[in-house]
Amino acid sequence: MTAAALRLENIVKTFPGVRALDGVSFDVRPGEVHALMGENGAGKSTLMKVLGGIHQPNEGTIHVGERPVVMQTPQDAKALGIMFIHQELSLATELSVAENIYLGALPTRGFGRVDRARLHADTQRILDKLRVSFGPGTKVGDLSIANQQMVEIARALTVDPVAVIFDEPTASLTDAEKVVLFDVIADLKAQGVGIIYISHRMEEIFRITDRISVLRDGQYRGTLDTAETDEDEVTQLMIGRALDLSRNTSHHQLGDVALEVQGLSCGRLYEDISFAVRRGEVVGFYGLVGAGRTEIAETLFGLREPSKGRILLDGSEVRLGSPADAIAHGISLVPEDRKGQGLVLGMNCRDNMTLPQVSDLASGMLTAEGAETDIFARYHESLDIRTPSWRQTVGNLSGGNQQKIVIGKWLAMKPKVLIVDEPTRGIDVGSKAEIHNLIRGLAADGYAVIVISSEMPEVLHVSDRIVAMFSGRITRTFSSEEVTEDALVQAISGLSEKPAA
Amino acid sequence: MQPGSLSTFLKRGAIWAFIAVELAFFSVAGQYLSVTDTAFLDLDNMLLLLKQSAPIGIIALGMTVVMINGNIDLSVGATFALAAIVLLDSMTWPIFAGLGDWVIPISWALALATGVVLGAINGFIVWKTGVDAFIVTLGAMLGYRGLVFMYNGEQPTSHLNWTLIDFAEAQVLGLHTATWFLLGTVLVLWLVMNFTVHGRNAYAIGDNREAAVNAGIRVGPHMMINFMLIGFLAALSAVVFYSESGSVNPNDGTLYELWAITAVVLGGTKLTGGSGSVVATFGGVIAIQLLRKGLGYIGADTETVNLVIGLILIAVLFLDRQLNVKGRQELRT
Amino acid sequence: MADTASTTDAKRGGKDAPPREPILKLVAKQGILIAFVLFMIGFALANSRFLDPENIMGVIRSSAILGVMALGVTFVVISGNLDLSVGSMMSFSTIVVLDLHDKIGPALAIPAMFALTLCLGAFIGFLVGYLKLNSLIVTLGMLSAIHGLTLTWSGGQNMDIADKSGTWFSVFGQGEMLGIPVPILLFALLAATLGVVLARTPFGRKVYAVGGNGTAATFSGIRRARVVFLCYLVSAFCVACAGLIQASRSLGSQNTVGQGMELEVLAAVILGGASLLGGSGAIYKTVIGVLILGFIQNGLLLIGLQFYAQYVVTWIIIILAVWLDIGAKRGRFLSPIA
Repeated sequence: MTAAALRLENIVKTFPGVRALDGVSFDVRPGEVHALMGENGAGKSTLMKVLGGIHQPNEGTIHVGERPVVMQTPQDAKALGIMFIHQELSLATELSVAENIYLGALPTRGFGRVDRARLHADTQRILDKLRVSFGPGTKVGDLSIANQQMVEIARALTVDPVAVIFDEPTASLTDAEKVVLFDVIADLKAQGVGIIYISHRMEEIFRITDRISVLRDGQYRGTLDTAETDEDEVTQLMIGRALDLSRNTSHHQLGDVALEVQGLSCGRLYEDISFAVRRGEVVGFYGLVGAGRTEIAETLFGLREPSKGRILLDGSEVRLGSPADAIAHGISLVPEDRKGQGLVLGMNCRDNMTLPQVSDLASGMLTAEGAETDIFARYHESLDIRTPSWRQTVGNLSGGNQQKIVIGKWLAMKPKVLIVDEPTRGIDVGSKAEIHNLIRGLAADGYAVIVISSEMPEVLHVSDRIVAMFSGRITRTFSSEEVTEDALVQAISGLSEKPAA
Repeated sequence: MQPGSLSTFLKRGAIWAFIAVELAFFSVAGQYLSVTDTAFLDLDNMLLLLKQSAPIGIIALGMTVVMINGNIDLSVGATFALAAIVLLDSMTWPIFAGLGDWVIPISWALALATGVVLGAINGFIVWKTGVDAFIVTLGAMLGYRGLVFMYNGEQPTSHLNWTLIDFAEAQVLGLHTATWFLLGTVLVLWLVMNFTVHGRNAYAIGDNREAAVNAGIRVGPHMMINFMLIGFLAALSAVVFYSESGSVNPNDGTLYELWAITAVVLGGTKLTGGSGSVVATFGGVIAIQLLRKGLGYIGADTETVNLVIGLILIAVLFLDRQLNVKGRQELRT
Repeated sequence: MADTASTTDAKRGGKDAPPREPILKLVAKQGILIAFVLFMIGFALANSRFLDPENIMGVIRSSAILGVMALGVTFVVISGNLDLSVGSMMSFSTIVVLDLHDKIGPALAIPAMFALTLCLGAFIGFLVGYLKLNSLIVTLGMLSAIHGLTLTWSGGQNMDIADKSGTWFSVFGQGEMLGIPVPILLFALLAATLGVVLARTPFGRKVYAVGGNGTAATFSGIRRARVVFLCYLVSAFCVACAGLIQASRSLGSQNTVGQGMELEVLAAVILGGASLLGGSGAIYKTVIGVLILGFIQNGLLLIGLQFYAQYVVTWIIIILAVWLDIGAKRGRFLSPIA
């Protein structure tokens, strides 16, 4: 038996306060497509950074072939033949295809001149393998996203790779483009390259991979032979029975419909969305990243203009031209990107929390510092935010406490409808449970709550009803009694046509 | 058609179309309004225009490179003045007294070296401290100007060397010496930016710095080279201009950085770096100079020029943004 | 291992030095104040006349125009934008008020000049705030355009008041109240007012939020465009005040009186610790920045250095100040650029 192309042994990576990777071991054989699966936050991206030389592991070893290796920089990884196809493209859009492929290693011919003939010939050879329609001289900015992805792939083929890692490569590809990608992967496989394939899409995983390894909460959960397993087994491994998968059972007295959406569309981002949320109810929106959930939230918060449809609050139609409008109508959004959208990191805790109402609180011309401090004190206590004082700069808090500041900020507005987008992304397990309880508590207090999440346990745990979305449309709506994990997984991966078990 | 290629095409052609419109406008308007009898498109007039474009033009070309690289240089005006002083003053230094006209290449070399050194100082600080180039060169603008004043107080520095003036006033193949330097700079920089590894890496760094770093490109040295380049070109501009004029005031070159940036932006170089072309900047320089001359030609006061150029700069920015709007589905932030 | 580490620390920090971190924090937070105090002590030791009340008054007085403009630019910079048009705009307001003084009398000329200057500020604010155009280029364009306006207004001539001795208009630049020159009083009054506006009003809070994280500000229901617009109005108002002082002091002016001041003003604001990225800075810090520039100039003259050496020193100080600031924030002084 030949040695593995790439073998990980007991990799541990810790960040202050977090054990991001906790003893991960698996191997990728030459000529194998090896799927790596796990929920968001399971540690896949950290693992990739370790393999890419961006992070150094605290414990454990990586073997390339039979050789243990240490990678200090991305260049080290590249030199060893470990290549990446990133989900987020890292291309210079003003340069040509060829220049991007050989970025940092342009061939020269004296006086620092680029040897364009050789560059284009070499590039053409790689492009031929990929069977793409564009030439080496095309400007990358003029290519479609799918073709840009091909450029990324071409970059990995400039060396003889030992292992190629695809991170969600099909996220922005059409079906026809996927076929080309899978052909490329098959070619690589035939050449004896080891391939790690990261994806959430079961259908693809079962179509092209040989084995599946699963991570959960930074821990290695096992490797399955694709031919001998099925979606249920993989899903179980990913979600984990051990974790609290309890459904929400505590139903509160439901009040009137607070928010109703009728036939809402926004270009191709989402189409024909209709649902209603009552007071005292938590509606979970579950789906893959890019299914259109966040865009709906942004529309409800006045950040996007819908192309069709109506939004009704307490039965009367509203027009939301800006977040200020939405807030005035009693809608609040805890956004997905906590640092980018939720907080002014350089500002202190109190000022962040009172930002939406700083003008309302003001007494005369001046800010009402006392009233603001009172508000902070209230949520400091009720949300159990761990910070010594309101003067602390928000950027210095942990992710969980930052999230509580954002939640406190919107609770303090006493909204009719609270939308929470990915409430626990990047937050440690302990804080997760607290935030889940908090959301349930809000419903008990009579808020209408929408929770958007990519994590199944979270959706199951907090929702009274679950809306499943796939590629811009609502595929099914479940009540918390009828929902099963299988049905949910199928509803969000476009397989929901067959009746739920 | 690929998305974005229409706007790219419009942007690439825009500056030349603008120049054509200017030429047409001033030729026609000149028939009715001109204060002189000669036609606007008169050959001598155009040759003079090229020559007058040279000082700002050479600096603007260097600015293009620095801005493509993702930086900016506000100290070029002061560098220009300091190099000019070194040029004129060094010709009178006693140690060179016996050299006769051989002092000229030495003075030129000293002036150009001054520019390179000043540029290198900026580049080194940007590289090693990580302070934004805007702030570093803003400080240098004050500092270098201080050196200019410390050199000779508020007095002008003058030295006339007739050989040098003859050289500077010469016309080869109809073009003035200064024009040759301008065109030569365009050619050399065009070659450097399009055909050398340094040029291509400079684009890559300005376009996507993280990708460049991940690809193993060393960002610091490339930035430093480009700062040295613009220092050199600011000095070259001074050499070309003061060889003829023979006298430099300590305030000379003030606001040159702003004129240069205006020309670069008119030429379509992105402020965030990664995109732009020295040839388009050349167009931007010509467009500004045409506007200056043209407005004068049709009898507008010189003051109108500033007004018009300022508003055109803003209009260009506005049009550029309109061309790049992604439509109604864009997030309203 | 642990031993080696502590030895190095001791060497670096001196025997009884507190651990390195707090020093970094202190430098990051109050570095500019520390530098200011050190400068004052240094100059005071070098020349006894430096701390003379008359000398100090003189320095502040000559810094007042720059200082008033810097107050407004502080708002713009904290909101995450630039204003390179203030020098040119100051020339404009100076010329306008001088011209109108003889035409419609000072009592009408002053409000008319303020109105015109605020119109310019509103135009810039509209372009940068509502149209979201890049502030560097917009204000660069306006620098040129306003210069053109000024020249058009004056016909390229210097502007002088006919009867220089018989006008009360000179009070803003030359008068004294309670023994304090009026320009200093105006500067102090504006600094105090704007300091309160920035630190203690909802608008001020929003300025910090918009500059600190514009997206998050929008997501908090703040109307970002309006905040940016108002910042440019504040800046224009300050420029008008500066123009008033300038015109009143000299009662005559060239068209280029404010030329180049935009960058000196910006230098003072940056020296005060405002980040060009927005979201940080304060009025009192800008005042310190302005005073540092003023006192360095004065101190260098007093210790016998020539006038223009101040520029070189300013250059070094600006870069050191910003370097220390960002170095302390990222925890290392050499940049990570390869």
